Amino acid sequence: MKILKITALVLLVAFVGIQFIPTNRNQSDTVPKTDFMLVNNVPASVQNTLQESCYDCHSNNTAYPWYNKTQPAAWFLEDHIKEGKAELNFNEWSEYSDRRKNSKLRSIISQIEDEEMPLDSYTFIHRDAKLSEEEKAEILQFIKQLKNSL
Amino acid sequence: MKNLKTTVSILVLSVTLLGFTSCKDKKTEEAAKPMSSEMHHEDGHSQTSSDKMMSEASGNTASIIENYLKIKNALVASNEDEAATAGGMLESNFKEFDKSPYSSEEQKELTDIITDAIEHAEHISESPLEHQREHFDLLSKDLIDMIAITGTDKKLYQDYCPMYNNNKGAAWLSTTKEIKNPYFGSKMMNCGKIQKEIN
Repeated sequence: MKILKITALVLLVAFVGIQFIPTNRNQSDTVPKTDFMLVNNVPASVQNTLQESCYDCHSNNTAYPWYNKTQPAAWFLEDHIKEGKAELNFNEWSEYSDRRKNSKLRSIISQIEDEEMPLDSYTFIHRDAKLSEEEKAEILQFIKQLKNSL
Repeated sequence: MKNLKTTVSILVLSVTLLGFTSCKDKKTEEAAKPMSSEMHHEDGHSQTSSDKMMSEASGNTASIIENYLKIKNALVASNEDEAATAGGMLESNFKEFDKSPYSSEEQKELTDIITDAIEHAEHISESPLEHQREHFDLLSKDLIDMIAITGTDKKLYQDYCPMYNNNKGAAWLSTTKEIKNPYFGSKMMNCGKIQKEIN
């Protein structure tokens, strides 16, 4: 019993302790002119879905709910944001060449079709980010249309 | 006294735990080193000295084409690991590509192509087979466009399979006349036709 108490206390102290380790927040007040939503005519519902399910890791601004400001979730997120932005940053969309846009759109389509994105580990803590069948169909339709118009 | 001991041990433990958790291990992927620059010209195509610029450019693209073909052969054999290894090498080949012999307009186009191709090579180096094939499709387009600018001294066939990617079709480059489809593996080994001969 005592061991249990001590373990719980240790974990609690560690949990509180790690909250003081600083993390780099991915936050920005301005949306650059090169943003995907600003340069493409994106339907409002698709905009909402992209914002909710993709922009946390694929833009310069993450909407942090309290649990994502808490360690160790914040670390987990930090790494994924770094990787996610390197792979695709919607904020920098119009800076991509047409060739690259085409590649990115192709990857968006297959990642959504194969249900690899949004990541399970992310939708596990961020339930709203999970794409419903309708949202998926809607995004895919728009992205495919955009790809064909390139 | 006992209380003190417990408190101290709790503190020590906590600090240790803290140390562990804050040491996030960063995976450092060793970039695959390109193989020796020794090239095989199986077709025995000789270079004319009058076309010096062309031969310089070919030397530049030779390692790129070689590792591209390694990926192609690995995908024909549905060998994910070999495709991944060659993908890593191709990524460094593209990064080392010297654009300086080309006009500024060509350089701009080459930059576009290479930026895109590096990403596909990188993905091939770390993805499962079907993803490798998707990226190989786009990589093939990049390389075909690149060779249109740089030229090559290799004899190549541009093949085309109309069925890949939900019948949108996909091209690839090969050194042999015989069709060996990298997109479907053994399922549809002979699907495709020669679209164009390079050289």
